[in-house]
Amino acid sequence: MTGETMTREPGATARLRRDNGFSGGADGVYESLIRAHRGLGDDDSAALNARLVLILAHEVGDPEVVAAAITLARGSLHRAGSAPDEV
Amino acid sequence: MTPPPRPVPPGAAGRRPVVVIGAGPVGLTCAIDLASRGIPVTVLDEDDTVATGSRAICWAKRTLEIWDRLGIGQRMVDKGVTWSAGRVFRGDRELYRFDLLPESGHRRPAFVNLQQYYVEEYLIDRARDFPELIDLRWNHAVTGLDQDGQGVSLTVATPEGERVVEAEWVLAADGARSPTRTRMGLPFPGQRFEERFLIADVRMSADFPAERLFWFAPTFHAGQSALLHRQPDDVFRIDFQLGPDADPELERTPERVMPRIRAIVGEETPVSLEWCSVYAFRCARLARFVHGRVVFVGDSAHVVSPFGARGGNGGIQDADNLCWKLALVLQGAAPESLIATYDEERGRAADENILNSSRTTTFMTPKTRAERHFRDGVLDLAAEAPFARLLLNAGRLSRPCSLAGLSLQTPDPSPPPDGLRPGDPCADAPVVDAAGRAGWLLDRLGGPFTLLVFADGVPDPGRLAGLAPGLAVVVVTAGAGAHGPPGVAVLHDAEGLAARRYGAAPGTAFLIRPDAHVAARFAGLEPARIADALARAGGRPDASVGRAA
Ligand SMILES: Cc1cc2nc3c(=O)[nH]c(=O)nc-3n(C[C@H](O)[C@H](O)[C@H](O)COP(=O)(O)OP(=O)(O)OC[C@H]3O[C@@H](n4cnc5c(N)ncnc54)[C@H](O)[C@@H]3O)c2cc1C
Repeated sequence: MTGETMTREPGATARLRRDNGFSGGADGVYESLIRAHRGLGDDDSAALNARLVLILAHEVGDPEVVAAAITLARGSLHRAGSAPDEV
Repeated sequence: MTPPPRPVPPGAAGRRPVVVIGAGPVGLTCAIDLASRGIPVTVLDEDDTVATGSRAICWAKRTLEIWDRLGIGQRMVDKGVTWSAGRVFRGDRELYRFDLLPESGHRRPAFVNLQQYYVEEYLIDRARDFPELIDLRWNHAVTGLDQDGQGVSLTVATPEGERVVEAEWVLAADGARSPTRTRMGLPFPGQRFEERFLIADVRMSADFPAERLFWFAPTFHAGQSALLHRQPDDVFRIDFQLGPDADPELERTPERVMPRIRAIVGEETPVSLEWCSVYAFRCARLARFVHGRVVFVGDSAHVVSPFGARGGNGGIQDADNLCWKLALVLQGAAPESLIATYDEERGRAADENILNSSRTTTFMTPKTRAERHFRDGVLDLAAEAPFARLLLNAGRLSRPCSLAGLSLQTPDPSPPPDGLRPGDPCADAPVVDAAGRAGWLLDRLGGPFTLLVFADGVPDPGRLAGLAPGLAVVVVTAGAGAHGPPGVAVLHDAEGLAARRYGAAPGTAFLIRPDAHVAARFAGLEPARIADALARAGGRPDASVGRAA
């Protein structure tokens, strides 16, 4: 890790962890996120997510990791097939 | 109370030791397990056919291992389609492939697919191997039930008219709609999912792999997901997610079903529809599985949605957990309170199964925009970001539940970082016996209580002798060609896998329960601790040597 400089391409997301960061409890984490939104309207849900991102970005404690996460998230938006399914 | 008599032949005057209501996979497994322990069983079923449609198809490794112990595993595997891998797609794009059993050195695969009617047929055939002990009664519908503290009295409608059958114990294996549950007025609380699913079995020759194929937003189906499994006889199971508003009557008509199937396999492939149905699922359980002398097993005790194959597999493990306890109680070798630990242990398993299958259903059926954003976000990230695959939930497939920390297990003061802990199901490994024959460790575990000892060579017979009456001893050695004293099986751990999977050093010993779970772990052969753990695992903690001393 030491001496590694932040590269934008191609490994902008290389700083993100590849191991199991949920301590084996991924389903529980997902469930708690879904639960947190119960009973909220769309606006409140979006507001809750923004607050969560702020808190978690701070918890990450590394601006370069936050930047890498933003790159990964932006890159995955509007991916083919990600349009909302017809309901 | 005087201990109940040793096994009496069926039909003898007085109470039958055990009556099982329901000859589904769980009731039949109970009957065979009890018979294998010398207990006579009467099985009553209201009709005389095996399951219609294929219903359950995915049978997990642990279930196959239980059926191996009961002498019917090989037939299931020979007929079934073996698989260990699954693929998850989004539209036509494969997001990833997973392998549920990525290592060799196990007798059984992660799963076999086998239609429930074959499973029931093979279990019935196996039950017929015990003509002295298993009394199978078709067209016997239980219509009434009464119990006092000593036993249960059942009213049974038979082709010859109404009969009363008296039993010391009744196992209610009468399925998800359990008439016994209703008759006893027991609530069955849980969660109902609105989403509807079309489940179809089609016969065709198609070259889909023997893998679990799961699609989110499939290109061939307008719904949110689809799932495909290969079964024997060129039959394929296809699940189509239809949404909450689908009309079940309409959707199961061939005019609606066939175009959905054609969309997957094309117009040319000859296809015949074997069976189909439209389901809405629920997760529910009885608060308690033991009610006096009536014990609920399988779907009568708990139901789950089928994503994860936890229903039937969970029920077979109920049978595995209950029958040795019931046999000990009926033989007067354990107090009746041992049966309460069935509720404790399988209650934990039911909660685990319900939790997993509800989480999968939640993931598959996002109900709000926020839920949909999370779900789609996971899908969009999954191909590229490994962490998202951990969140992606297309089914958490049945695994045996750990019984760690529950009352029969002896806590381990210094568990190894890797390896088995008290409560874990036993791991398999290839072994070679003293005559040089290759076999499997799990074939030597389960049945009676067993002390499994790891050693470089065979320990001094004096140290093995007389550890406890009725305790079988199996020694697993690092070196080849060792012979043991009479009555002690010696197995060579030729590949070192047994020691690795158990986390065992030479000298480590495990007390193995009759259902092949670890009850206790010992750093060495300490007779007093072993006797204590054995007493505790058999439901007699007060009989322990430690207390008496
Ligand atoms: C579409 C579908 C797919 C599934 N897929 C899987 C899968 O892949 N893997 C899996 O593990 N599980 C699966 N399951 C669940 C599985 O089918 C059940 O968990 C399993 O059948 C439960 O077995 P059982 O013996 O408890 O009950 P059942 O199989 O329901 O048997 C109950 C028996 O009791 C009898 N009975 C009822 N009332 C009376 C009475 N009054 N007197 C006498 N007899 C009576 C009935 O005739 C029946 O034979 C699936 C279920 C469905 C619906």
